[in-house]
Amino acid sequence: MAADARISNFGAKAHIALNDPKLRANFRRAMDGLMSKRAAQFADPDEWTALRARGAAIRARALAQLPELLERLEANCTANGIQVHWAETTQEANAVVLGILQAAGAKRVIKGKSMVTEEMHLNAHLEGNGIEAVESDLGEYIIQLAGEAPSHIVMPCIHKNKAEIAELFADKIAGLAYTENVDELTAAARAALRGRFADADAGISGVNFAVAETGTLVLIENEGNGRLSTTLPPLHIAVTGIEKVLEKLADVAPLLSLLPRSATGQPVTTYVNMISSPRKPGEKDGPRAVHLVLLDSGRSRVYGDVELSDTLRCIRCAACMNHCPVYTRVGGHTYTFTYPGPIGKILTPQLEGLDCAGDQPHASTLCRACADVCPVEIPIPDLLVRLRTEAVKPSAAAAVKGGGSGKSRAESLGWAGWTLMYGHPLAYRLATWGMALVGNWLPASAPMLKQWTSVRTKPKFAARTLHQLAREKGYGHE
Amino acid sequence: MSETPRARILARLRAAPRRPAPERPHWEPPAFGAGAKAKFRAMMEASHADVHEVTRADWPDRLRTILANKGVERVLYAPATLAGAQLASAWGDGNSPRLMAYDRPVEEMKEVLVHQVQAAVTMARGGIAQTGSLVLWPTADEPRLMSLLPPIHVALVEESAIGDSLAVTMAAQGWAAGMPTNAVLISGPSKTADIEQTLAYGVHGPKELIVLVISDEAK
Repeated sequence: MAADARISNFGAKAHIALNDPKLRANFRRAMDGLMSKRAAQFADPDEWTALRARGAAIRARALAQLPELLERLEANCTANGIQVHWAETTQEANAVVLGILQAAGAKRVIKGKSMVTEEMHLNAHLEGNGIEAVESDLGEYIIQLAGEAPSHIVMPCIHKNKAEIAELFADKIAGLAYTENVDELTAAARAALRGRFADADAGISGVNFAVAETGTLVLIENEGNGRLSTTLPPLHIAVTGIEKVLEKLADVAPLLSLLPRSATGQPVTTYVNMISSPRKPGEKDGPRAVHLVLLDSGRSRVYGDVELSDTLRCIRCAACMNHCPVYTRVGGHTYTFTYPGPIGKILTPQLEGLDCAGDQPHASTLCRACADVCPVEIPIPDLLVRLRTEAVKPSAAAAVKGGGSGKSRAESLGWAGWTLMYGHPLAYRLATWGMALVGNWLPASAPMLKQWTSVRTKPKFAARTLHQLAREKGYGHE
Repeated sequence: MSETPRARILARLRAAPRRPAPERPHWEPPAFGAGAKAKFRAMMEASHADVHEVTRADWPDRLRTILANKGVERVLYAPATLAGAQLASAWGDGNSPRLMAYDRPVEEMKEVLVHQVQAAVTMARGGIAQTGSLVLWPTADEPRLMSLLPPIHVALVEESAIGDSLAVTMAAQGWAAGMPTNAVLISGPSKTADIEQTLAYGVHGPKELIVLVISDEAK
C-alpha cells in the first residue's frame, strides 16, 4: 500500500480512517493500554527527568561527533570481522544487500523486524530478484501475509484485531482452522516459521544501537526471532540508518532503561542481543559472515541544519505516536510513508521532501504530548512549526528538500492582507466594522469559509466590534 | 565518479555546522543493596520465569526432578563446561531425561537442535536485579543457540553474580575492554503481544525459562 504511494494525502486518508469505527476502536484500545503501561514505568518524576536528560545528552553527543563516530564504528566493526558498507540512497542499500546475498548464493532470507528495511522496501526488491524474504516478527509476519505495511513502528499490526488475524491465518496457513485463541495463533506462527529459520540462507535485521567504541550492534526484541535471524543462518546482514551510532558501550545502559519502558511499558525487552563479530574459529554457531549496511537516505541533509538534526536523536520507541491525539484517531496508514505519528511528521518531510509530504507537519494540534513523553527530548512541536515555515518561506541555506513548495498565492495574499490590517489601526477598524456589517450575510459556501463550515457551524459575527463595545463602556486608548 | 558513497556521506556530514557535544549529566542507576537477590527474583517472576534457589551440590538432582515432572525427555547440555561436567556426573546413565551434548557445529546437528531437544542447560555470567535479567556470554563450549532453540531454557546463576543494574555490571566487569562474539540479556521466556496486546509465550524462543540461583551459603 505505502510502497507505491510517493505523495502524502493526509487529509483524504484521515477522513476515511475517521469513519472506520473498527480501525478507531483497535487503535484506541491499543494506545490506551500503551499509555498507561508507560506511565506506570515512569511513576517517579525525578528518576524520569534525570534519566531522560542523560538519554538526550547521549544522543546529542553522538550526533555532534557523527562523522568521527561512524569512522570509529567502521574501524572497530572491521577489526571484529564485521564487513561495513555505506549507501547514500535506499536503492543503493537494496543493491548492496542484494549483492551480498547473490555473492553468497542465498535464495531464502529470514528477517527480523526492521523499520529501515521497510523504508527501503527491501522485501519487494529481493523478491523482484528471485530471493524470498520472510518476516519473522509475529506482527510483521501477519502484515506480510495480509500484503500490508506496518501501521506502527513498534507494533506493526496494531490496526488489526484478533478476528481479522484469525481469518487471515485460517486462510493463509495450511491446515489451520479458524481460531481466535491467541496462544493457538501464536503457536501456529511458531510452527510455520521454525522451518524457515532453519532453512534460511541469510538473516537480515535492523539495529537499535551501533556502539562505536566496541564495534557492537545492539538489537532488542521480545520474541527471539531477532536472535534466531542473527544466529542460525550462515550469513547475517544488519541494516541501519547512519544516526543510530553511540559513542560508548556504557551509553547503552541508560538508553535501554528508556527505550522499552517508553515503548511498551516493559522494564526491559526479553532479549537484548549484542553482536560484535561473526562466528570465531572453534565456535559452534552464529553466522560465518556479518555485514553492516549504513544507510544515509537523506539523513546527512537533515544533519546539515543544527535545529532540524534533533530529529536524528530518535531511538524509535513510538511513545510520541502512542500519545498523539491525531495518530490515535487516524492510525499509521494515514501517513502513507514508513514512519507515522509525530516522529514521522518531522522525519518524512525531511527525507522525502516537503513537496510530497508537506501536509504532514500540519496534521498536528501542537498539543506537545509528543514532546512531553519523548525519552530523548526531541522538540517535535517546534520542528513541526519550523517545517511549516520551511514549506512556505525556505531558509537561506535551503535546509529542507522541497522547501518553498507549499507556497500558495492565495495564502501569501491572505497573510499580506492580515499583516496590513493588524499593522494599521485604520485598516483594522475599517475591516472589523465591515465584517460586523456584512459578515453574517456571507454564505457558508464562500471561498476560504467553506472548508471551515463543512464540519462546523458558521461563526456568527457580532453586530458591534470590540472597539465599539469598549468605547461604549468608557474605555479610552491604552 | 570515483568518489565512494562513504566519502560523499562523510563529506556532507563534515560540511555541516559543528555543534558542541554536551557532557553527560549526572544519572545513577538504582541500587538495591542486600535486597538485590529478592529484586532479581521478583522481576524475573514478573516476566514469567520460574526461579528456584538451589545449592552447588543439589542442583543437578533438583533439575532432574523439575524436568522429569514436565515430561522432558531430551536435554541439551554443554559437556565441556564445569556445570556440564557436574550435570553429566550427577545424571549417571539410564536416567531420564536423556542428556544430549552440543559438541559439534550447528550445521552437523541442526535437526536435533531445531526440532528435537526439549530443554537446554546453560550457565549465566550474572544477573541484573533492576530488570530481572540474566547475562549470558555464550562461548565455544556453550554456544548461542542453547538459550534460544529449545522450548525450555534452564539457566544457572550464582547468587554472588547478581548485580544491581546493567550499568554497574558493565562497568564492574569491564565489558568495553572486549566484547564477546555475542552477549545477551535474557529477561523471561520468549513472548509477544502483537495480537491485540495479549501476552503469549514461546513465540519463537523458549516457552519457559527456569532460573536456578546457586546460593552463597552452600560454598
